[in-house]
Amino acid sequence: MNTTLLVVLAIVLAPIIGGLLSGIDRKITARVQGRFGPPILQPFYDVFKLLGKERFFTNKVQIVYVITYLFFAMLSFVLFVLGQDLIAIIFVLTVGGGAVVMGALSVRSPYSQIGGQREILQMLAYDPLLLIAVVGMYVVTGSFKVSEIAAWQMTNATPLLYVLPLVFIVLVEVLTIKMRKSPFDISACHHGHQEIVRGVHTEFSGPYLALIEIAHWYELMLVLGFVGLFFASNLYIAAALIVAMFILEIIIDNTTARLTWRWMLKSAWGYGLILSVINILALQFIK
Amino acid sequence: MGLINTSRAKSPWVVHFDCGSCNGCDIEVLACLTPLYDVERFGILNIGNPKHADVLLVTGTVNPRNERVLRNVYEQMPEPKVVVAIGACACTGGIFSECYNVVQGADKVIPVDVYVPGCAARPEAIIDGVVLGLQKFQEKVAKMNSKAV
Repeated sequence: MNTTLLVVLAIVLAPIIGGLLSGIDRKITARVQGRFGPPILQPFYDVFKLLGKERFFTNKVQIVYVITYLFFAMLSFVLFVLGQDLIAIIFVLTVGGGAVVMGALSVRSPYSQIGGQREILQMLAYDPLLLIAVVGMYVVTGSFKVSEIAAWQMTNATPLLYVLPLVFIVLVEVLTIKMRKSPFDISACHHGHQEIVRGVHTEFSGPYLALIEIAHWYELMLVLGFVGLFFASNLYIAAALIVAMFILEIIIDNTTARLTWRWMLKSAWGYGLILSVINILALQFIK
Repeated sequence: MGLINTSRAKSPWVVHFDCGSCNGCDIEVLACLTPLYDVERFGILNIGNPKHADVLLVTGTVNPRNERVLRNVYEQMPEPKVVVAIGACACTGGIFSECYNVVQGADKVIPVDVYVPGCAARPEAIIDGVVLGLQKFQEKVAKMNSKAV
């Protein structure tokens, strides 16, 4: 019974909080740029407007992929809330990301094609980093399950942040890619900026774009939850950590320029992997 | 339906198509996005993709070479949509209207809802034009619904 309630709460609250967060993001971004900025509820207005637009698609199969994306984004967040296996969560998240790419590649628009290719590169860049972060958590806690990782931190009273600081730094890059922020907003930017028109989202329009946006909110909540998992021993500090990380991402977004995909792969597979591996190897020696 | 209608008025995404303007109007359109005018206050985004846009801003003289492109951009926009012709050239052809290679206004090619005069049109006038376009939006939606019934 409690599980059902938790699932319903996760499905209902995640897009609401995620949407508010993106509204706050747009407001802060505007203030950083010296503008007044849109109302906090703006992302909801955008989504409702898109839901009311004409149903338009270039290839009918896109609809299937959009719904797949939304479903898997929801599923990954629900699995996280239920304290399930992190490997499974990343797998589900990747399937959702893959669905968007398939939808983008299913039409012949060159912008959509390039956007799809770049989205694959983004996934190639952040997926290994996420997996290594999970491996690091396993090395420390001896479990892949979110609930057991959190429980380990509670019983030992040591947050993962103290044990895996380098992995956490790498997570900043993962979040930048996943939240579609500069310098890694190469496949599509979360703000109104144009890059190869709208990149991977070019050929999705109307209600389907709205569903993609809602799915993005679920993903946002999941990655922020992942950040919080590094300080699960104290929920207040975890929340503070999430807020700090979110603001840091907005600052990074506004102070950097878009880089090419080569830079993204180099920094992710170079610094990202090296830092993570050093952290995990160091744990072995300290033990 | 009420929620969607409110949201429509609060989130007009524009796509800007330059038919061969002198760049005067284009610069004024872009000026609307700068911190001075900041149209994102009203949820207006320059989205650059006709498939995501609600409002089409046309600037410059339409001519036989680009009317095909203009029609194409217009047709790629999902309903409900509004067209705003900005500047004398897009409204009537402006000082070039007598030229053999100029079409006398964007409304000869696509249905235009709002005309923003001026050479170049001022950013305030452009924002007013988009806001007026939003009222047209409501009328169009009402028409669409009555057709559906």
